[in-house]
Amino acid sequence: MRRVIRRRVGPIASELGLHSCHTCGLVSDAADGGHSHVQRCPRCESRLHDRTPNSVAHCWALIISAYIIYIPANLLPIMETGSFMDYRKDTIMSGVIHLWHTGSWGIATIVFVASIMVPLFKLIALTLLLLSVQRRSIWWPMQRARLYRLVELVGRWSMLDIYVVTLLAALVQISSLATVRAGNGAIAFGAVVVLTMFASMKFDPRLIWDPLRKESDHDYYAATD
Amino acid sequence: MGIDPPHFVACHECDLLLKEIPLLPGGVAVCCCCGASLYRNTPDSLQRTMAFTLTAVILYVIANVYPILGIEIQGIRNATNLIGAVRSLWDQGMHLISVLVGLTTVLIPALQLATMVYLILPLLMKRKPPGIALIMRVLNVIKPWGMVEVFMLGVLVSLVKLKDSSIIIPGVALWSFGGLTILLAAVATSFNPRDIWEHLDEQSESGEDRCAE
Ligand SMILES: [Zn+2]
Ligand SMILES: [Zn+2]
Repeated sequence: MRRVIRRRVGPIASELGLHSCHTCGLVSDAADGGHSHVQRCPRCESRLHDRTPNSVAHCWALIISAYIIYIPANLLPIMETGSFMDYRKDTIMSGVIHLWHTGSWGIATIVFVASIMVPLFKLIALTLLLLSVQRRSIWWPMQRARLYRLVELVGRWSMLDIYVVTLLAALVQISSLATVRAGNGAIAFGAVVVLTMFASMKFDPRLIWDPLRKESDHDYYAATD
Repeated sequence: MGIDPPHFVACHECDLLLKEIPLLPGGVAVCCCCGASLYRNTPDSLQRTMAFTLTAVILYVIANVYPILGIEIQGIRNATNLIGAVRSLWDQGMHLISVLVGLTTVLIPALQLATMVYLILPLLMKRKPPGIALIMRVLNVIKPWGMVEVFMLGVLVSLVKLKDSSIIIPGVALWSFGGLTILLAAVATSFNPRDIWEHLDEQSESGEDRCAE
């Protein structure tokens, strides 16, 4: 019955021609260095941008590449274990299942979350954020802002499997008894992690809030008398 | 007119312009629109960060020199330290992954610690190190890529994976990595970039140390 759309109270820096520096946070007048095309922060001389340039396009490019590489990352083996007894190739998923069967449920869950859930969550969340931003959606801005923060927070943990493979491949090198090698899936998986990290850095969360100020123009001009 | 409104901050997540308010020690300013944390008041930030950083440097050296883990299968032993693991991955032809691991666990943490010392030590002695802006920009860029805490979890997962097939010999570096993880988190929470910029402002206002342009 009652739909609450969060309205923005107060002025928006970029509407007043002010830019905040992403390095030092100083708010400065955008018109100040107006003669040249490149504006720099008066304090630290970082480049100033109204919004991250081409944020959406770059982010899409990174996300789509990550989606494509996500397939080999999950299908190719990331680890090959050989001993004189047997030889096995593990993909990420089969590694998790193997851990589960050997009774290490806790660790199996951690690896499952870090290597399978987190990359998938990041891809889907960033896709949703990009779509909503492109449509200039005003829906649930707070929830989308939180979603973005979560993406930023959890992204790095996907590197877990890469480190496990690195350690095992270095340690288990005992002549004919047992050897572990990293598989090509590790390269693809590493690429997915790196691409999604770049994508979430490239996404500009201010785009989530920008469409809202159109809705609330009257409100905040009234509020800032 | 130089810097226009000197005591305003713009939220980095929603661009709302807010008036800066003083905070109690340990306080955090939060954006009233989107809830992003804007700035913190960290008392004695420089001293604390320096203490944590110097301890972290010592642990970093130990963590990289000594073996992390060793295993023993039927009487044959093998141990590795982090750099050895990176090198063995390189030797197996996994160059990209080897570089990725080397960057995120060896080089970037080292760079973070080195830049911290370079920034904070002179500031504590009331001097201004050259190139603060550049260093801060570098710190910003590399910050997400230092992954010692993820590596630490990787060590634990490896322990579990190895425990059935071999005897595990924990190395000295295992403990120092644990300590390093905690100390790097402490450095990150005690370090307050605003302090650095405020120092910079104070010093250039008082007229000394102003670099010629
Ligand atoms: Zn700046
Ligand atoms: Zn905000």
